[in-house]
Amino acid sequence: MGAVVLQLRSDLLSRFDVPFEVRKRPDISQIPTGIQVVDQLIEGGIPRGTITEICGKESTGRTSLVFALLGQATRRGECCAWIDTSGAFDPASAAEAGVDLDRVLWVNCGGNAQHALKSTDLLIQGGGFGLVVLDMADVDDATAHRIPLASWFRLRHAAERTGAALVAVERQINARSCSALQIEMRTKQPMWIGRLLRGIVSLAESRKHYRTRVAEMRAVR
Amino acid sequence: MMPVLFACIHAPGNLPLAVECARGFSPYIEENPPDTVIFDVRGLDALYGPPEMLAGEIERRIGVQASIAIAANPDAALHAGIGFFDRLRGVTVIAPGREAEVLAPLSVNLLGMTGMSGETAELLDLWGVRTFGELAKLPPLGVAARLGDEGVHLQRLACGESCRQIRPIVDPLQFEEEMELDDPVESIEALAFILSRLLNEVCARLAGRALATNELRLRLVLENAPDHTVTLRLPVPMIDVRAFLKMLQLDLSGRPPVAAVLKVHLRAEPVKPRRTQQGLFVPTSPEPEKLELTVARLRNLVGDGHVGTPELQDTHRPDSFVMRSFAPRGASAVAEAPVEKNARLCLRRFRPPRYAQVIVVNHQPVRVVSPSVSGRVVMAKGPWRTSGDWWRNGADEESAWNRDEWDVALESGALYRLFQDAAQGRWFIEGSYD
Repeated sequence: MGAVVLQLRSDLLSRFDVPFEVRKRPDISQIPTGIQVVDQLIEGGIPRGTITEICGKESTGRTSLVFALLGQATRRGECCAWIDTSGAFDPASAAEAGVDLDRVLWVNCGGNAQHALKSTDLLIQGGGFGLVVLDMADVDDATAHRIPLASWFRLRHAAERTGAALVAVERQINARSCSALQIEMRTKQPMWIGRLLRGIVSLAESRKHYRTRVAEMRAVR
Repeated sequence: MMPVLFACIHAPGNLPLAVECARGFSPYIEENPPDTVIFDVRGLDALYGPPEMLAGEIERRIGVQASIAIAANPDAALHAGIGFFDRLRGVTVIAPGREAEVLAPLSVNLLGMTGMSGETAELLDLWGVRTFGELAKLPPLGVAARLGDEGVHLQRLACGESCRQIRPIVDPLQFEEEMELDDPVESIEALAFILSRLLNEVCARLAGRALATNELRLRLVLENAPDHTVTLRLPVPMIDVRAFLKMLQLDLSGRPPVAAVLKVHLRAEPVKPRRTQQGLFVPTSPEPEKLELTVARLRNLVGDGHVGTPELQDTHRPDSFVMRSFAPRGASAVAEAPVEKNARLCLRRFRPPRYAQVIVVNHQPVRVVSPSVSGRVVMAKGPWRTSGDWWRNGADEESAWNRDEWDVALESGALYRLFQDAAQGRWFIEGSYD
């Protein structure tokens, strides 16, 4: 009897991918970053229909993390938007990180934070974008703090309505209670190999539902 | 049942006049260069009376010497029109069923213009067949046996028994409207009412022919100034009047005309509409019509050239890309992307690169001083020399680059990419690693 079952299994395995397992359905309520440690840290990925804040100082791996996220979203066939407050988006780095540039709408606001907020609002209200990144990583703290909480609420409601994941990249947390997930990045150490800068080791600290967890992320060249 | 009738105008040297005259009677006109037109005149008896009256009206309207013929099929009308040109009064009306009798005296050489080959013409000449009547009298089976399909066809033509349809002239589709204004208009709000009316008319005509447009051209004739033109190129065919109006308004508000407007001319390029069906399991993407309007608003906000999709250039030149319009292609079903262990280290660019003063000791940068980035260098790796386009001459010579790149870590913990321009010797900060 056992031999017959084994024979049956081997026959079916050659014809079907997963005959004895439930096919894993992609989770569409989150967008994974594609980095194992970070996805474990944030329990699967960046939530849709709300705001996620990724903050930290320069060279803490914020952009590398968001490019990984953008790469995952575009490879899944989603349209994404990058609202670039200071014009720092590097298409070559994005392409190396696996981003399908054909699916990215880049809006260069030339240093105007007001324009960046308005552009984000227009794009989220328009719908159809799976991921919208508001890059304010180079905006100084004073300007960022001047953004009224009402603006963040408006963006959150628009994201809830259209189901887009809005990711804000900043130096400090600004949206406060409007964001469902906050990830703070800190530099642990740069990695040098011979005459090369190999990468950065960062600490990612996530705050979700009043729980704080930390993981070590590596961004390498 | 309404009898089918075709008219023919043969006007040597006056083909455009003949076409113009035919347009006054029918939209279905076949041109037979160099001098002849055939057109469908069925149903005109209610307007002009019997065919003789209609032929007289055509003769009166054309106003030049021409031969008019009316028959029940286009080829009979054509042969009669050309063949009886030498008559004193150039009007021939062939009653249905009398085609063979009326066409009988015509020369068989006329069949040359309806497809008779030179070989057949020679053969008919050898047989002594000179007229349509003589060809019609030949036994059909004998003609078929000796001349094949061509002979059968020619004999049917000679009998006036052709039953083909005419090949009407197809006018190129033009979807354009213009309006001359009584008084010059200066405000864009006032102009919007005119644009709305013109757009409505053009789009209604496009919709009537089941077409859309992917290019709208607006030309404003200005008072004492050159014309102002706006061209909207759309990534997908659209026919949304409100979206077009908003896009034109945004363009005009961003780049207003320099003088008052005297005349408005609008033209739409007709194309087939977009027909797509979204899959059930593919990610949603922005509706093209809505997206185009959003992108137009963004362009108006941040400036043209700052919105789009970057396309990398096939060169090693740093930061080399072109911005093109955002038009995402259709997605396939949701696919799981691979999971990586590490992220990819990325660069945040400073545009333009920031000028910095760099203190160098023993060929190593030790301190960076600039208005935005300053500090002691704790680690520096380099130099990495890159150069290119040095082989170019003339105007392209300025595109050459030659520089030494350094990756540096400052005491603050930030990592930057510096470069020293070999031509100027000046240092710049290209961006930060993040």
